[in-house]
Amino acid sequence: MSSVAVKKGLGASVWEYLTTVDHKKIAHLYLGTGGFFFLLGGIEALFIRIQLMKPNNNFVNEQLFNEIMTMHGTTMIFLAAMPILFAFMNAVVPIQIGARDVAFPFLNALGFWLFFFGGMFLNLSWFLGGAPDAGWTSYASLSLRSEGHGIDFYTLGLQISGFGTLISGINFLATIINMRAPGMSFMRMPLFTWTTFIASALILLAFPPLTIGVFLLMFDRLFGSNFFDVTMGGNTIIWEHFFWIFGHPEVYILVLPAFGIFSEIIPTFSRKRLFGYSSMVFATVLIGFLGFMVWAHHMFTTGLGNVANAIFAIATMAIAVPTGIKIFNWLLTMWGGSIKITVPMLYALGFIPSFVIGGVTGVMQAVAPLDYQLHDTYFIVAHFHYVIIGGVVFGILAATHFYWPKMFGTKLSEKMGYVTFTLFFIGFHCTFFIQHFLGLMGMPRRVATFLPGQGLELGNLISSIGAMLMAVAVIILLFNVVITSIRNKKVGADPWEDGRTMEWAIASPPPFYNFKQTPLVRGLDTWWLEKMEGKKELTPAEPLGDIHMPNNSIIPFFISLGLFVAAFGAMYNPLNSVGDGKSWGLPVLIIGLGITFGSMLIRSLRDDFGYHIHKEDLLEDDKGGKVG
Amino acid sequence: MGMKFGRLSFLFLLLTLVLAGCGEPFLSTLKPAGEVAETQLTLLFISTSIMVLVILVVVIIYLIVLFRFRRKKGEENKIPKQVEGSHKLEIIWTVIPILLLLSLSVPTIAATFKLGDVKDMDKVDKDGNREALVVNVRANLYWWEFEYPDLGIITSQDLVVPTDEKVYFNLKASDVKHSFWVPAAGGKMDTNTDNENKFYLVFDKEKADEAGNLFYGKCAELCGPSHAYMDFKVKAVSRDEFNQWATAMQKNKEEVQPTSDLAKQGQEVFQANNCIACHAVTANDARPETARTAPNLADFGNRTRVAGILEYNEENLKAWIQNPEKFKPGNQMYKEANLSEEELDALAEYLMGLKVQE
Repeated sequence: MSSVAVKKGLGASVWEYLTTVDHKKIAHLYLGTGGFFFLLGGIEALFIRIQLMKPNNNFVNEQLFNEIMTMHGTTMIFLAAMPILFAFMNAVVPIQIGARDVAFPFLNALGFWLFFFGGMFLNLSWFLGGAPDAGWTSYASLSLRSEGHGIDFYTLGLQISGFGTLISGINFLATIINMRAPGMSFMRMPLFTWTTFIASALILLAFPPLTIGVFLLMFDRLFGSNFFDVTMGGNTIIWEHFFWIFGHPEVYILVLPAFGIFSEIIPTFSRKRLFGYSSMVFATVLIGFLGFMVWAHHMFTTGLGNVANAIFAIATMAIAVPTGIKIFNWLLTMWGGSIKITVPMLYALGFIPSFVIGGVTGVMQAVAPLDYQLHDTYFIVAHFHYVIIGGVVFGILAATHFYWPKMFGTKLSEKMGYVTFTLFFIGFHCTFFIQHFLGLMGMPRRVATFLPGQGLELGNLISSIGAMLMAVAVIILLFNVVITSIRNKKVGADPWEDGRTMEWAIASPPPFYNFKQTPLVRGLDTWWLEKMEGKKELTPAEPLGDIHMPNNSIIPFFISLGLFVAAFGAMYNPLNSVGDGKSWGLPVLIIGLGITFGSMLIRSLRDDFGYHIHKEDLLEDDKGGKVG
Repeated sequence: MGMKFGRLSFLFLLLTLVLAGCGEPFLSTLKPAGEVAETQLTLLFISTSIMVLVILVVVIIYLIVLFRFRRKKGEENKIPKQVEGSHKLEIIWTVIPILLLLSLSVPTIAATFKLGDVKDMDKVDKDGNREALVVNVRANLYWWEFEYPDLGIITSQDLVVPTDEKVYFNLKASDVKHSFWVPAAGGKMDTNTDNENKFYLVFDKEKADEAGNLFYGKCAELCGPSHAYMDFKVKAVSRDEFNQWATAMQKNKEEVQPTSDLAKQGQEVFQANNCIACHAVTANDARPETARTAPNLADFGNRTRVAGILEYNEENLKAWIQNPEKFKPGNQMYKEANLSEEELDALAEYLMGLKVQE
């Protein structure tokens, strides 16, 4: 534990990361693991596009295609996009509100390790008889019928990682409500904090339905229940409801933080405060609220009836209004500003038109009778990739460049960043724009191949070429990360020079206690206000004193490991529907749960008061000494 | 207003021109074959026009911002005015989208109720006979069954419908969820395992001619490894031709007896291998649907494809019978057969001779 870089052995570093409860280190863990899964999901995407490059292709067989397609979606949503966003939330939000850490640092670590083991478990399916193959939506009739353990990896993996997500969401809610520095009223919070807050509320309300859904599905497949088995009086439509009551808010869980990131980047590089701050906040809340009112638009063709379809059509259209407010506010933030083109700003500029296209095709699909045509075709594939890549991935890439200095103390190469952006932007539109037309021309989604003579050849070829461009862009980004780390050229506190919020007022990377003295917040864009008054530091809200810090702990790792072990036991229990139950199934399930609950017991029984950093050490720290 | 309307209709025209070039008449939603698909295409045009308008406004502001407000040389230290916001602008960009969406919601709701209207499905004439044609569609792992309950006909893979009238469908699935979609004729409807869905489609005579009287149908819901191969075809013929076909099918109470020796031999192979246990060879299969576990082969001689996807010829038929797993992995027939070349020849001859009409 040190604020300055100290050479440490590899073992010590690994142990530090295994036990850390520091939100900044957990951010590194999320970014690293999420980045790994992003590459994995990207390779899966490439396989999909290679397979669909030409008709009747047999690069992968049909079963493998379904597994790759399922894992691409599941990985990208649950294991890449969300964790990477959590990385930036962890790295930035506590500092943005002037806190020394999140409300529950221990839970923060637990959230990460649950996600980590859930993701690992899910991906081990590749080596243990095949991955899930029923799509990321895993509709019950198909998923119940799926052979092998693929779907079990899905239900168990998502339960474990889902707990992690839920815990992290609750943690951010508690942090943002309780840990704000003096003066940081809700209406002075930076937009990224606001969107994190709303996204966390959505996690709190949206993840339980998913957990229940996969829990019931797990019981159907592993323990002989019949919740979704129609022949036994079950119902599969209820799965669709469970899934989409989660699934639609999930889109906003992903895209709201991305909105927040752009709401930080655009004012920074326009050197102008966010236009219409309060309406931006209002729009965020409204999107979050409406996000729960529209799930059935994923089910227009399920046969819910005309009244339901009409109501959900109109509710869905309504979301376009707050989203439109946001777009115009961003444009007006730039209007009259002094726009500096940097890599993060380029992504923001690329995001606006891309996301608008994704948004308007969303409204088109809200037109229920029109959606009867568009649903489950390549049109919808194009639509949600415009939203998810044009919105979320652009946001993630922008934040990677924007917050890299704050997270690692170095700055990614701008030159390589331009190349990555250009290739990625062109590749993205090349891949997905044409897919709107493929869908309209009659190509269903999730097809392992297409037959010749249907007029679909050219579009698919163009789409596949675009995917290659995106792959090259990501490789250059990786190269950029490696080169930057090797060069290790340190930057100052405010490397973009126009930073507005508090994270830019403290060192890059920040000391582990963030603020020596809790800052006093005197308005929106706290750091900008101080800078404009010629100050070099934030105004402190308290005299220099001892800082109370939490101790590191290996317990979160073991709580999560226990569930990982238990999941194997559950999967191979003698009752499972695949029929390959093992005698060790039940014992392993019990041992795994024993590890988890035992670890929790240890945590409960042992007093852990944390420790204090003394005032004298903090003063020492100023002179280049070290604390801890 | 007139000016604005003019611009809108110009956009409309432009879109029509661009989109009309897209896709094949037997498959594309952009080349509607009847009332339902036309309604949906009109909604596509209306919504696209409004959305293109929105995009234009955004792009114009975007470009102005990008060209006018870039940081210029010598302005490195300039701090622009920190504008808080503008109530007037906020109201404008809240109210205008609401108005646009309201104008879009009117045709949306109207079309939802129009296309979802299946009241006439059960309308009967004075003799108590149903007036409209109703087809029960049953989706199975990688094949489709089409039952005409009022005509007492069952067929599969090739749906035959009369043109220029509403054809009503009862839709369900017998194993996993599928989705019934004839893109050129109209949007899809899921075939659930839990319940029956109902909707209708219309096929115009003129459009059917353009498409060679054969529309492509697809399964639109992921249903397993051969989801991509779960195609069917729709033969849209005039009412007279349809009646002829229906009469011929109704007469097909007994199996069409093979004439050539080879075909007779094929019939024996068919029976010896117990194919008949699953595949009916007459259109009046009286067994309950749970017993109808494979496509009905009556009139197989007039099929347009082998297994819904392969070109209809002897070679493909033989290859399919011998090794179905190769063409439709995960299908419920069998992985591969071990038939001799002679047996295959005979089977093909027999099956391709199953015709209710020439």
